[in-house]
Amino acid sequence: MAHIIFTENLRRHINCPEQHVDGRTLAEVFNNLFSSQQALKHYILDDQERLRRHMLISIDGKKIEDPVYLSDPVRPDSEIYIIQALSGG
Amino acid sequence: MSTLALICTRKGLFQLSHDLTLSAPDFAGVPVSMALASANNPTWYAALNHGHFGVKLHRSDNAGKSWQEVAAPHYPKHEDASQGDSLELIWSMEFARSDNDQILWAGTIPGGLFYSDNGARNWQLNQPLWQHKTRQQWFGGGFDHAGIHSICIQPGKPDLVRVGVSCAGVWQTEDGGQNWQNKAQGMRAAFMPPDKQFDPNIQDPHRMVQCPADPRHLWVQHHNGIFKSSDSSESWQEIENKQPSAFGFAVAVHPEDPLCAWFVPGIKDECRMPVDGKLVVTRTRDGGETFETLDQGLPTEFSGDLIYRHGLDINSNGEQLLMGSTTGNLWISENQGDSWQCLSNYLPPIYAVRFLK
Repeated sequence: MAHIIFTENLRRHINCPEQHVDGRTLAEVFNNLFSSQQALKHYILDDQERLRRHMLISIDGKKIEDPVYLSDPVRPDSEIYIIQALSGG
Repeated sequence: MSTLALICTRKGLFQLSHDLTLSAPDFAGVPVSMALASANNPTWYAALNHGHFGVKLHRSDNAGKSWQEVAAPHYPKHEDASQGDSLELIWSMEFARSDNDQILWAGTIPGGLFYSDNGARNWQLNQPLWQHKTRQQWFGGGFDHAGIHSICIQPGKPDLVRVGVSCAGVWQTEDGGQNWQNKAQGMRAAFMPPDKQFDPNIQDPHRMVQCPADPRHLWVQHHNGIFKSSDSSESWQEIENKQPSAFGFAVAVHPEDPLCAWFVPGIKDECRMPVDGKLVVTRTRDGGETFETLDQGLPTEFSGDLIYRHGLDINSNGEQLLMGSTTGNLWISENQGDSWQCLSNYLPPIYAVRFLK
């Protein structure tokens, strides 16, 4: 199962501890993750279930290439970081 | 001490008490784009714009003592995810029924009007108005996409609703949202090509307010100037030659006197600051025939304060006005604007001020 780590800034607003989730693509991982944590979904994905514009996800150290359909592949031992692009003041 | 007003800022929601003290902010550090509360009900709402994490809505069931996240409006899923819309901002919220704090309208960017009849447990996009938006290609004013910033519900006739849209003029429904008509006839957009200047569908009203005691009368601070309607928005008349300028964002109307309204003039596109760096409020008591310039208690030195469209409000008896600026200054007037008292110079940029009514 892939290991998901969330930015601390997100943990300030919603409960999202590190966790292990199944899935062969990021979309599948998210489907499994959000099936039990619906509220978390809206912090990461927009109304069309795209990655929010100012969020950033890396899988095994590489920024994802498909923020719209989330088709980036995930391995059973992948490490997924959900972080925010830095902006604002 | 009970709460007099809510102050929505870039760094949280402040409660202003009747003794004119400010609370520590709720949602510290988070932009609060709009709030909705009434003096008679304990259920309040606060719209947050987290930026990275999107727009969220919180509800308090104990008059602001504690908050819980509830459902924010959502745009329907498009068959192609790359094409669909997503909520960008809750720009306006009003109670749809004056006696029920669970029935709400919310105006948003990118242009959708939403309705909830269960205290924001869920929302419905008003499809009839959204179809007008889609067909007519409403466009943004100050934002990338169009938005609904003003919702005026006819006193005693809750199915008669008008909304102000940047940029698509004024829209009215008489049947609770099933059918909508544009009601911006007479508005003028001098910045558009000549053949488009009077097109009702491209008008940029910055803010629209309605006189509760005589709801035939509405006022609009428009990008192009000030407009007034005395016939239930069937027609609008431009108030011209207003000094120091006709540009601004905010407007407030006296709750009982439809001829009495307040504005905060500024320099338009090229600067967006007070004319000559001098912050003033203007007031008309005769329906726009004449204006008084009010500055007692406002800064005497250079001021870069801009008052956003929701940054001016009037209380229910028409005596008190609140005004908050982009520079984080907050003023109150207890005498209809004759004089102003500064309540803070140190707030974050202020998006909206709202008396509890």
